[in-house]
Order: sequence, then structure tokens, then C-alpha cells
Amino acid sequence: MNLLLIGISAALINNVVLSQFLGLCPFLGVSKKIETAAGMGGALTFVLTLSSLVTSAIYKFILTPLNMEYLQTIVFILVIAALVQFVEMFLKKCMVSLYNSLGLYLPLITTNCAVLGIALINVQKSYGILEGTVNGFSTAVGFTIAIVIMAGLREKMEYNDVPKAFQGFPIVLLTAGLMAIAFFGFSGLK
Amino acid sequence: MKANSPVERLYNGIYKENPTFVLMLGMCPTLAVTTSAVNGLGMGLTTAAILAMSNMIIALLRKVIPDKVRVPAYIVIIASFVTIVQFLLEGFIPSLYDSLGLYIPLIVVNCIILGRAEAYANKNTVVASLFDGIGMGLGFTVGLTCIGIIRELLGAGQIFGFQVMPAAYEPITIFVLAPGAFFVLAFLVALMNKFQIGAARRGTDKEKVGGCSKDGCANCTNHTCGGKIFDITE
Repeated sequence: MNLLLIGISAALINNVVLSQFLGLCPFLGVSKKIETAAGMGGALTFVLTLSSLVTSAIYKFILTPLNMEYLQTIVFILVIAALVQFVEMFLKKCMVSLYNSLGLYLPLITTNCAVLGIALINVQKSYGILEGTVNGFSTAVGFTIAIVIMAGLREKMEYNDVPKAFQGFPIVLLTAGLMAIAFFGFSGLK
Repeated sequence: MKANSPVERLYNGIYKENPTFVLMLGMCPTLAVTTSAVNGLGMGLTTAAILAMSNMIIALLRKVIPDKVRVPAYIVIIASFVTIVQFLLEGFIPSLYDSLGLYIPLIVVNCIILGRAEAYANKNTVVASLFDGIGMGLGFTVGLTCIGIIRELLGAGQIFGFQVMPAAYEPITIFVLAPGAFFVLAFLVALMNKFQIGAARRGTDKEKVGGCSKDGCANCTNHTCGGKIFDITE
């Protein structure tokens, strides 16, 4: 029950992009087409679940026993960067079909602040390993929902007559703002 | 103005290549912490301090760090400074530490800092890099404070915590909530595009104003989507 609550809260109520502003760069940059948006969402789900698992385990079994919690930021960012590299190499060698669909997005994920953000939130809320992993997974699901909806809207927007000054970035931001209002409705679920 | 002189670097960072309005880097903190002018100013100055110090150290070590491992090395340097600043804030300005919260450690992944390390500090002298960091940091501070002032004014009728709107003004609360951040930035960028279109029309060359390229972020020439960072790490 508790895990379900964490999941719903991370995916819908505190949506990572629309209410916490993490991972905005890919959200605005890779949301032109539904397929690419879904690919980005899939790659992020994969990496974020794995990185939440690894960072919570490192925090619990290495940093806490050694009283080195203050090094969390440095350790997490290095672990995430290394992990993304490993995932990329592993997929390239062992799962070529998955690599072909996700590989393009993997390097983009290292600079996605959602990955580091979730690792830090897991520590802040003192989630255990299982709770942390669920939090990471559902956050990524929330990201995928948001980016796919955004891509769908942007595909429709191609045919609209947008004022010149609002073309490109501003109209996307306005759309994101309206989506954020819509996602506000989920806070009633609490 | 002489290139790479301290004054030129400050001018470049604050006005000519303002990270928020011109380069559009570091969008996450720009939207997340600008609920009030004070928060925007605090976040801006914190980032400026880290940027100046990391730029300086990276410029100092630019001949020592092997080219192949430079990005991880830069990340370690930046993360160390972020950790130091985080503890200083926690100890001396706890109110700011509480309101910025998670976004202080996330300065590590702010693309302005790694971007300046790659684009400037690893090619230039220590003094020039220091002033480049200060200039860019102050430019970021100006951008964040502007957005913070607009949001606080519309959303709470205050500026820096002082009541400026008459009592009859009903605050539009949505501007201090998440959607308001998107709206304010959308209008500011649209305003800037408007000026750029006007300038392009007056000039001979029509500058293209628009969103990302079809191939996504990595090949993006528009700085809006963090394409810049991939451009230079290549």
C-alpha cells in the first residue's frame, strides 16, 4: 500500500517535469514526435530505475556505515555517469535491438537532472532500497506520460497558426504551463 | 574593449551572452526557484560563486588534466564546490538553504557551469576565467531575479517581501505555483523573439527564430534545449 502511494505520488501528483522542473531539457528538446518522445521515456525509465537501485544501495551499504553521507552529491553524479556508460556498452554488446531503439537517447540522460534529483530525493525522504527503486521507476513513468502528451500536442500544433514571436520555444512553454495546471488536479488524490 | 579583459568578460556574461535570456542554459533552476525575488537572487549568487571558483580551478589545472578524462574531472571539481557551498549555506543562511532545498546539490548538473568549463575555462588564463565565471554568474543572477520579481509581483503583490501593490489588488496565486513559471518564461522569450524579429527585419539578414531541429537535442543549434552542451563536449 505504501509503495503504491509512493508510486502514484511520484508519477502524477508531484510530476517530475511539471511540478518539480527536473529533466526540462529533454522534455522541451526531444518532444517533437511521439516516437522519439516514447523512446526517450523508455530509456529514462530503464536508467532511472537502475540508478535509483544502485544509488540507494550505495548510500545504505557504503556511505552510511562509513559516515560519509556528506559526499553523496559527488558519489551519486559519478555513479550515474558511469552507470549510463555501462548500460550503453552492455546494450550494444548483448541486446542490439534494444540498443537500436534506446541507444540514441542514453548519452542525453547523463545530463538529465531528474536522475541526480531522484537519487537525492530518495535520500532526503529516507526511502529504503525498494521504496527508492519504486520511486525512481514511477517518476520515470510520470516523465514518459508528460513527454508523450507534450509530443502529441506538438504534432497537432504543427498545423496551427502560431504568432511569429511565440513560435518554437515560447508556445511549448505555454503548453507546458497549461499541462501543469491540468496535473494540479491530481493533488486532490492525496 | 580588449578581448578577455576582466571588464569585457563581465559585460559579455551579464549582457551580450546572458545565460538566461540569450544562451538559455540552466532552465531547471530558472523555473523552479524563482517563486520570489529573494530566492532567485540567492540561487543566482550561489551559482555565481560556484561558477567563479570552478572556472578558476579548472583554468589553473587545464594543462594537468588529460584531455580524455576532462569531463569527469570537471564534474568532480564542480561537485566538490557545490558540496562546500551547500554546507556554508546550511550553516550561515539556513533560511535560504531551506527554501532552495534540493536545487542546491542540483547545481552540479546545471549546464552553465560545465558549459563554461568546456567552452572557456579550459582554453584561457586563470584571471580571465575567473572574471568569465563572475560575469556569467551575475548574468544568471540578473535573469533569475527578473523572473522572481515578476512572479512575486503578480503572484503575491510584493517585491523582495515588501508590499508594493495596493491592498485592493487580488494576488494571482498561480504565478507563484509551478504553471506560472512556464507562463512568465514563455512571455519573456516571446518578447525577446519579437525584438529579434524586428532587428532581423531591419538588418539585411533574416535571422531564423524558432525551436529545435528535427533530430532532437544533440544536433540542436538553438541553445534553448541544451544542445550547446553537446555541441562542445563532442
